[in-house]
Amino acid sequence: MKHLTKRAVMLISATGIATFGLFGAASADTLRLLTWGGYAPEDVVAMFEAETGHTVEVTLSNNEEMIAKLRATGGRGFDLAQPSQDRISGPQEEFGIYKPIDMSKIDQSQFITSMLNATLGNTTVGGQPFAVPHVWGTSGLVVNTAKAPGVKDYLDLCGADVAGAVTYRLKRPTLIGFAYSMGLDPFAAYGDVAAYTDIINKVEAKLIECKPGVKTYWGGGDELLGLMRSGETVASMAWDTGGWKLNAENPDITFVAPASGALGWIDTFVLPAKGEADDAAYAWINFVMRPDIAGMITAAAGNFTASKGADEHVSDDLKARYQASFPPAAVDNIKWYPPVPAGLEAIEGAALDRVKAAN
Amino acid sequence: MQTGARIGFILLFAPLLLWLGLLIVIPHIDLFLLSLRERIGVGEYRTSLANYIAFFGEPLYLVTFMRTAIMSVLATVLTLIIGFPVAFYIAKFAKGRAQSVLFLLCLVPFWVSELVRTFGWMILLRETGIFSELLQWSGLVDGPVEMLYNDAAMMVGLVYTSMLFMIVPLITTLESLDDSVIEAGYDLGGTGPSVLREIVIPHAMPGIVSGSIVVFMLSLGNYLTPTMLGGKDSLWFTEMIYAQFIVRFNWELGAAFGFMLLILSSLIVWAMLRLTGQTLEKTMG
Repeated sequence: MKHLTKRAVMLISATGIATFGLFGAASADTLRLLTWGGYAPEDVVAMFEAETGHTVEVTLSNNEEMIAKLRATGGRGFDLAQPSQDRISGPQEEFGIYKPIDMSKIDQSQFITSMLNATLGNTTVGGQPFAVPHVWGTSGLVVNTAKAPGVKDYLDLCGADVAGAVTYRLKRPTLIGFAYSMGLDPFAAYGDVAAYTDIINKVEAKLIECKPGVKTYWGGGDELLGLMRSGETVASMAWDTGGWKLNAENPDITFVAPASGALGWIDTFVLPAKGEADDAAYAWINFVMRPDIAGMITAAAGNFTASKGADEHVSDDLKARYQASFPPAAVDNIKWYPPVPAGLEAIEGAALDRVKAAN
Repeated sequence: MQTGARIGFILLFAPLLLWLGLLIVIPHIDLFLLSLRERIGVGEYRTSLANYIAFFGEPLYLVTFMRTAIMSVLATVLTLIIGFPVAFYIAKFAKGRAQSVLFLLCLVPFWVSELVRTFGWMILLRETGIFSELLQWSGLVDGPVEMLYNDAAMMVGLVYTSMLFMIVPLITTLESLDDSVIEAGYDLGGTGPSVLREIVIPHAMPGIVSGSIVVFMLSLGNYLTPTMLGGKDSLWFTEMIYAQFIVRFNWELGAAFGFMLLILSSLIVWAMLRLTGQTLEKTMG
């Protein structure tokens, strides 16, 4: 009997500890963050954890994988994700994987106003905002200016002078970039399936024509850096940060804003539909938008953020590289991605498959 | 006693049944249902065969599948041609310790991940890579040579990746071949090739077939090697499935592709078994 009582006491106290533990967990959440490489540097995570008591679990991914992951679970498994602003309204209408942002919980004074308004405008579905901006950047050309001085625009990648030493991705930015370079306007045709198909068909023909001069279609950022660094390729389509990273190692290589306009993207914060730690998510957003923290993220990712006043915290090296690649006219010429209407991916995908299979 | 044995049987079988049911049968049913959906508007779907019609209607998909299948068969044949002498040496000539060491050497590359192995080949074959530098240093060529990003590089990668899965079943069957049978073959006036043809290969047939099936399936389902080594022309069928699921958000077509891959690869294996006069029971027994 005595033995039994002792056991019961132990059981009760164990339950008590467990309950206490549960309550403890409710005030300090785990934030499961689905993001890009460099957007959640370790030092920033450590500072956030020390300041708020929340813990952060970082999963690195890219646009397509983020959406595929959230779609597979109906928006479960992550509390905060960072897809680009053009990939939010389409998937939201189609799959319903996000939940609206409560703007009253966001410190809006920390954002660059024009960028915040643009993102809110692009990601409003059913009258509710779904995303706030975080990091922005562009894609264009990364060129070895000593070996390929003639490459100024996407179409120059087809030139005979660089044949065999060119690389780009077979993804939608390539289609869009080539279309602009050919004098077409794909973004204006987003709403018109027939006109868009026509544009993509023209670009497809051009890409097949250019194929013999391509060394390989790169798949990952490291592959591209390797190709440019070793000198195996002298001109490529890539992100601005890739070009600036290479510029730090070899002054000949740098990012060139194409004559027909660099393509601008903004990565955002969205709340997955079944996220369980919204408070921690809002805390993270407000934390990383602080100018000093935003400066640390720029240092890690290489891209600038939508945080107001973060420029002061960015190293002079990076600023100099940015200004060299983007004279004021090139900044005005940036083509910002508008939201992709659902269904366009199928048209682009079929075209890209045909390019890859063509001989 | 009877019931006791039955419970024991059920308990022993439960893990296998759960494995098959939860991880293979149920997902495939789900995939099959998904492949029968057609998107007709935003968030709207209806049941139809549109995805399968798309597979057969677009020559690109069929051509890519055939290319993948033919390349996989070629990789299987090459693996067999290279693997057979190696397996024969390990099983028949090497003795004791040497045998274990040689076997271990075949195994060593598989201790690192497939990604690292494939990347190793990239370092060797690329324009600024080791082979290219070596050829230039020895004066055999003038400029850098690009050996990466073509079908040959991809084939090298595929054969290398699946070599072990051919060698292991071959060694097992060849070891069970009594040496005296081979000696008897020579005593009866057989020559090297005729002994190989009449005695060794027929005896090793189950190993050859099971090894070939595994290698063929591995090559057909390989994603990493064709993507990394193959370059701009190497569209592999698994790459298309990945693209449909992840890049295009078109799970319906991706699921149909997955099913076609399952059906067509099963057909090819069945046809190969019929062609060589083997049955699955004989091979696995």
